[in-house]
Amino acid sequence: MRRIIGPLLINTALAALGLFVLLPMLWMLAVSFMQPGEAASYPPPLVPSHPTLANYTALFARGGMSRYLVNSFLFATAATALSLTFNVAAGYAFAKLHFPGRDMLFRLLLAGLVVPAQVGMLALFLMLKQMGLVNSYAGALVPWLASIFGIFIVRQYALSVPGELIEAGRLDGASELRIFWSIVLPMLRPVLVTLGLFTFVANWNDFLWPLIILSDDGRYTLPVALAAMSREHVQDAELMMAGAVVTIAPVLILFIIAQRQYVAGLTAGGVKG
Amino acid sequence: MNGAATRGRAGSWAGLWFVSPAMAFIIVFFFIPAIVSLGLSLTTFDIYALSDFGNVRFVGLANYERLFATPLFWKALGNTFYFVVLGAPLSVALSLAAALLVNAPAARFKGFYRALFFAPFVTTLVATAVIWRYLLHTRYGLVNEMLGLAGLGPVDWLGNPSASMPAIVLFSVWKNFGYAMMLLLAGLQTIPRDLYEAARIDGAGSWQQFRHVTLPGIAPVLLVVTIMTVANYFQLFAEPYVMTQGEPAQSTVSILYLMFEQGFKWWDLGFASTVAFVLFVIMLAVSLAQLALARRQGAV
Amino acid sequence: MRARCLFAILLLLLAACDGVQDERQVVRFWALGSEGEAIAKLIPIFEREHPDIRVELQTVPWTAAHAKLLTAYAGGVLPDVSQVGNTWIAEMAALGALEPLDARVAATPGIEVADYFPGIWQTNVVDGTLYGLPWYVDTHVLFYRRDLLARAGVKRPPQTLDELRRALAAIRRLDGGRHYGMYVPTNEFQPLMVLGLQGGEPLLRDGGRYGNFRSRDFGRALTYYKALFDDGLAPPISNQEISNVYDEFARGYFAFYLTGPWNVEQFNTRLPPAMRGRWATTPMVGLTGPGNSTAGGSSLVLLRTAHAKTAAWTLMAWLSRPDIQAAFHGVSGDLPPRRSVWARGAIAGDPRMVAFASQLEHVRPAPPVPEWERIAELIMLAGQRVARGERSVAAAQAELDQETDRLLERRRWLLARAEARP
Repeated sequence: MRRIIGPLLINTALAALGLFVLLPMLWMLAVSFMQPGEAASYPPPLVPSHPTLANYTALFARGGMSRYLVNSFLFATAATALSLTFNVAAGYAFAKLHFPGRDMLFRLLLAGLVVPAQVGMLALFLMLKQMGLVNSYAGALVPWLASIFGIFIVRQYALSVPGELIEAGRLDGASELRIFWSIVLPMLRPVLVTLGLFTFVANWNDFLWPLIILSDDGRYTLPVALAAMSREHVQDAELMMAGAVVTIAPVLILFIIAQRQYVAGLTAGGVKG
Repeated sequence: MNGAATRGRAGSWAGLWFVSPAMAFIIVFFFIPAIVSLGLSLTTFDIYALSDFGNVRFVGLANYERLFATPLFWKALGNTFYFVVLGAPLSVALSLAAALLVNAPAARFKGFYRALFFAPFVTTLVATAVIWRYLLHTRYGLVNEMLGLAGLGPVDWLGNPSASMPAIVLFSVWKNFGYAMMLLLAGLQTIPRDLYEAARIDGAGSWQQFRHVTLPGIAPVLLVVTIMTVANYFQLFAEPYVMTQGEPAQSTVSILYLMFEQGFKWWDLGFASTVAFVLFVIMLAVSLAQLALARRQGAV
Repeated sequence: MRARCLFAILLLLLAACDGVQDERQVVRFWALGSEGEAIAKLIPIFEREHPDIRVELQTVPWTAAHAKLLTAYAGGVLPDVSQVGNTWIAEMAALGALEPLDARVAATPGIEVADYFPGIWQTNVVDGTLYGLPWYVDTHVLFYRRDLLARAGVKRPPQTLDELRRALAAIRRLDGGRHYGMYVPTNEFQPLMVLGLQGGEPLLRDGGRYGNFRSRDFGRALTYYKALFDDGLAPPISNQEISNVYDEFARGYFAFYLTGPWNVEQFNTRLPPAMRGRWATTPMVGLTGPGNSTAGGSSLVLLRTAHAKTAAWTLMAWLSRPDIQAAFHGVSGDLPPRRSVWARGAIAGDPRMVAFASQLEHVRPAPPVPEWERIAELIMLAGQRVARGERSVAAAQAELDQETDRLLERRRWLLARAEARP
């Protein structure tokens, strides 16, 4: 009996939890295809009675959604490129290269993890105003140039690169840059993929900084546009759900395809503490 | 000898080159603004200062006095602590439960559930907050509909000040538990099966196996997860911003929300920086306290 | 290598997106809320008449507009022309963000100052200098369900506050309590403010240096407001919880709604056909007769940081033309600030505009202080506290005065400094 109850309980609990997680997202999808006004009725419907694409066409035709979608893609791609460029080199150096002040600098970075990102936002806004970068794509990307977390997970992974290979490269007379490019980088590929995915998703979902720094709604990314729409169109649930689907879908699909790589880097960093 | 010294020096210069762009960006665009913020908190820098810098006065700790005399600050502090005390244990407990469930030998479709539970973490906060705002609607929301099916009365989630924070906790736990679950799962998988076998042979039941094999095995990860979750919940902002705008009756105004309103809605930058600095000090204190507690319990 | 090329191309793309060259002069124009959608229909006409000017219109939601304007000011990215609520003009003028308009108005024959409602024109003058052009006026009147009122046995629309109370109670008794009397969003300050405008006492005293909320008039207003919720005449919900005002009005969830002229157009388009003729407007009620209401509205301002000021002014002057104002009223339902436009057919013939016409004779402006937006929020919070029973009326009044005085401390300092200068 115990051999049946145990697994039954476990799998029932899993199913219940799964439903708890899935239900909001399924509801979002269902409502996005409902007729305008259908969702705000009692009892709340679960399935659209006459499914329609009207909400999506309204979003793209009159809501400017395609522009926001493009902006989100451009930003996320640019942030990923920047992150890979600057964080990887630094992470490798902290792991494998010895230079004066290395440990002190790294402790400084760790200390920075305790500081909430929002503390400096006001001053950063004023700084960028002096540089003329307010309401520009460059200004929106400034916080993504380098990240403490990115350096951290690259370093964590790079620690496992065998020192002998690097030594061998040096003995051959190769420059540090060449060693990094030809020997180390290929070995770091898994964490590069993870870092790229992580940065892409984090930037796609980023909301507060683009809200502050971007003034022209033509430059808005999806989360900012959605937040603005949600205040103005609080009554149009179906339209908002369609907007939510468009905002979530690309990143969710990306995650489903690449979940192994996405998670690998995060857990590798976390488990070692 | 000579070769090693040369290698050492070459390594040191290259290392500096490799880290300097990233370090420069982080120092200029992260640390310096944070320090400037601290400086701003000692002045009356507000929107009038932007038009005429002569309007700025250095006032020392006057902003802090003003902050501690503002009832809304204490309300926001209370709200934030309420959110952390209610939400963080719930979140960690659910993450642990989910990790244990997925890790159980009897569990089916592990890969599917693992991905499913992590999925909310990947979704955009703004979008899911909008979804949950509708789900929590008093009359037309699914949550009250399901409560009704269980025979419970409808709750005015976003209109009743006593229910608003629990509503946000419910949403936040749903959104975040998958991330900690992943970390705990990785930790669980490092515990060798033989330890469980040995314990079972010694006559230990499930609960004792959990206490004496599982918990010690994941203690370091659990600590990291707890510190992370607590820190995350202290930074509650986007949920009130999208779902409630601090309403009802300012019951969902968190410290960070207060800072955002003072700073970016009213442009009272000196005052907003004061709030930001207080938040930083609180988070630092709580993190250090957690570390000290863990050290005392021997987990670290 | 390939990655680097892609990266470079990406950066170039981004840079290119930033600057699109055009032969015409560009005027960046921010319009707010539904006015943005309405004016979008008229902009092509302007561009046809002025082929050398291109208008870049951006619609900003009302709920975000004030913060967005301040943020844009702080960031140095204000547009060339903007619609602003006329209660914000004092604030923006104090920041030095607005261009004085006296000279331009004098040089433009089409803008006759005498044609404007004087009370409205004055809301745009700060310390003797004109900073805005009134674009439309609004004021709050009572929209109500005629059929529900008739069924409740009320023969004519209420004329005083007491009559309003009785009418709301009568509606509440209908159909087993299915209908609320009035929809009063708890997160809006206007209902309580309008109540506070009845009687002679101002909301601030001493030239806007201190709060005056402990006055008897405001005490009376707060008591009335509290009673609306205590007696169950108004549902204790915010405008975020209502889901859809128009659907709920049609369903009879509430019978009375204190709101502005933009909703005439919205009601016409959004209410189901069955509702036609079943609703009407009536002026706000006062202590003994017709009451006061807000002297609201929006103005057009020219920003000091604008590039092509002449082109921008051309747009502003064009929008002030009587025929264009009449057309704008047609698409937006907003009320023109020029008397000559009122005499034109479309408005004169609309029965629902009668209430607004008579209300505009009894309007009182908000205190012209830069801190008004924040004070309005404090008023809203005081209303919430008494509605929930968290404060007694007297305690809420004292608290509101205390908070307002603290808010105005900066203003008192600036005024004292200005007076001290020779």
